[in-house]
Amino acid sequence: MNYFLSEEQEMIRDLAEQIATERIRPVRAELDEREEFPWEIMKDLAQSDLFGIYIPEEYGGLGGGILENCVAVEQLARACIGVATSFAASGLGAYPLLLFGSDEQKQTYLTQIASGRRLAAFAVTESGAGSDVSAIQTSARRDGDHYVLNGTKQWITNGGESEIYSVLAITDRSKGPRGASFFIVETGDPGFSFGKKETKLGIRASATRELVFQDCRIPADRLIGREGLGFVIAMKTFDKSRPGIGSLGVGLAQGALDLAVEYARKRVQFGKPIISFQAIQHKLANMAIKTEAARALIYAGARYMDTDPADASKIAAMCKVFASDVAMEVTTEAVQVLGGYGYMRDYPVEKMMRDAKILQIYEGTNEIQRNIIGQELNKEYGRLKRSFF
Amino acid sequence: MHIVVCIKQVPDTKNVRIDPDTHTLVRQGVESIINPFDLFAAEAALRLKDRHGAKITVITMGPPQAETALREVMARGVDEAVLLSDRAFAGSDTWATATALAAAVKKLNPVDLVICGKQAIDGDTAQVGPEMATFLDFPQAACVKSLDLADQHHLQITRQTDEGTEVWKLPLPALITVVKDVGEPRVPSIKHKLRAKKAAIPVWGAADLELAPEQVGLAGSFTQVVRVFSPPRRSDRILLEGDATQQAEQLYDLLKAAKVPGI
Repeated sequence: MNYFLSEEQEMIRDLAEQIATERIRPVRAELDEREEFPWEIMKDLAQSDLFGIYIPEEYGGLGGGILENCVAVEQLARACIGVATSFAASGLGAYPLLLFGSDEQKQTYLTQIASGRRLAAFAVTESGAGSDVSAIQTSARRDGDHYVLNGTKQWITNGGESEIYSVLAITDRSKGPRGASFFIVETGDPGFSFGKKETKLGIRASATRELVFQDCRIPADRLIGREGLGFVIAMKTFDKSRPGIGSLGVGLAQGALDLAVEYARKRVQFGKPIISFQAIQHKLANMAIKTEAARALIYAGARYMDTDPADASKIAAMCKVFASDVAMEVTTEAVQVLGGYGYMRDYPVEKMMRDAKILQIYEGTNEIQRNIIGQELNKEYGRLKRSFF
Repeated sequence: MHIVVCIKQVPDTKNVRIDPDTHTLVRQGVESIINPFDLFAAEAALRLKDRHGAKITVITMGPPQAETALREVMARGVDEAVLLSDRAFAGSDTWATATALAAAVKKLNPVDLVICGKQAIDGDTAQVGPEMATFLDFPQAACVKSLDLADQHHLQITRQTDEGTEVWKLPLPALITVVKDVGEPRVPSIKHKLRAKKAAIPVWGAADLELAPEQVGLAGSFTQVVRVFSPPRRSDRILLEGDATQQAEQLYDLLKAAKVPGI
């Protein structure tokens, strides 16, 4: 289907597809097996300018938006969402700066992120604060020209590999939700260290680590925006990044569909290719319908999000929840189409199924996404002051 | 430093078929790709540029559609491109091709280094690079696997030979042909792609290169293709069976029966 992408958007898509085909696909099984961070591929992505897609040209980026990013992420995800997550997580780490950073902060950090010289990461989650973001314990105390951070962040994507971290910490516990703030912490800052690297069900090429702050002293100008803006920044960042999670889902589903159809056309049972059986045809048809529907939502949603709409949170949540559910369903069905072969590590679909699950969990569980959509519907209809009965 | 990289568009040999009647390549529907060794040539130039700074010009001789290949190389960071295209070039053998390419290098003067791929995967002659060096009167090294500037006026190279590895120092200007070991070709970048798309690529014909019609194309070629044929399938093959020891014994008996000297 044609989504009427511009010439530049098509260029981004084609280059991302080239990298996925030539650089990611041949090594994805090995990266998964060895749980190895894909540094070689990160270098290719840096060379290709793709890290700068959504960063303004004045900071060395390509000046694109959410749609351009989604187009690239989808193609990378078609080969491996472990690698694509490592790529996308740098964007997630960059958004607080992009949205609320000072010009100096943007000059310093966005130029590095755009060039791919350094990766970024986003650090909110803690052991006691997952869906309940407001439960975070990490604190930042002002001390002259510095802030002193204490606490532990958990399950931070790109942790230990990135050098630039956007970290949410409580600056004034008495102010409740208005008492949190975002800071930039760099690898090498005194008192900043990494905990253990997690072993995971899927996206094993991506690195997930603890960040440990023990009297970590950072200059006061590392504060993003101003004190108390922390939760606002987190929510605005998620609005920008969630369509990207959706595009990870679309790419993953497409990758699984590609393999399932190709396999079904070749695999002969009862003297015929299995694609000639209606049971398989209907399965593949449903996979294709869901994948295309998810893609249509992501592209339309991303285009709309690039206009900075008032109902951003609702649409962003819809993109994330729908496409990630589709990815889980389509990859599970792909394993079924490939049967016993699908279950074996010799074939790539079992990895896709393992990988898919995280999309329903990270960056706000799908339950939280549905809460957001539900709450927004309640507010929206409340404002209408009219009846449809 | 000014580096010239020479490239060739070739049919993607992964997909070629030979027409059983004419014995020629079936080009219809076969995608053209940049000769893989030439991408390594471009990468070698780009790595020199990364380390020392340089201007890189890519050239090719071919039909107008070869321009696509030039833009593809520019998308990886090469600065400029020139297309050598003229009906008079048609039918060129390696000699006539090298004549035209060497004339283009002279026109691009000053040039410090010319880098070619070891050979093209269609003709497989490995002659054009060395012939160019001869016409240009440049020192040359073929099958180079690593290179760097020794100083401002010299290139240090390591080349692969059947006997081993050789390390040479060449005075510049020089010409080298490279093998895959020089480094994996980098991926294109969006910014270079955008620049490549807009770039004006001059087209030079025989007259622009101050070459007479009889120096180029079929007229300027010493090689004449008299006949093209598919080698007949050999039918006198014997398949040995059994384990290695049994096969060795069978082979010994066969060689002995054939009265091979020394057996």
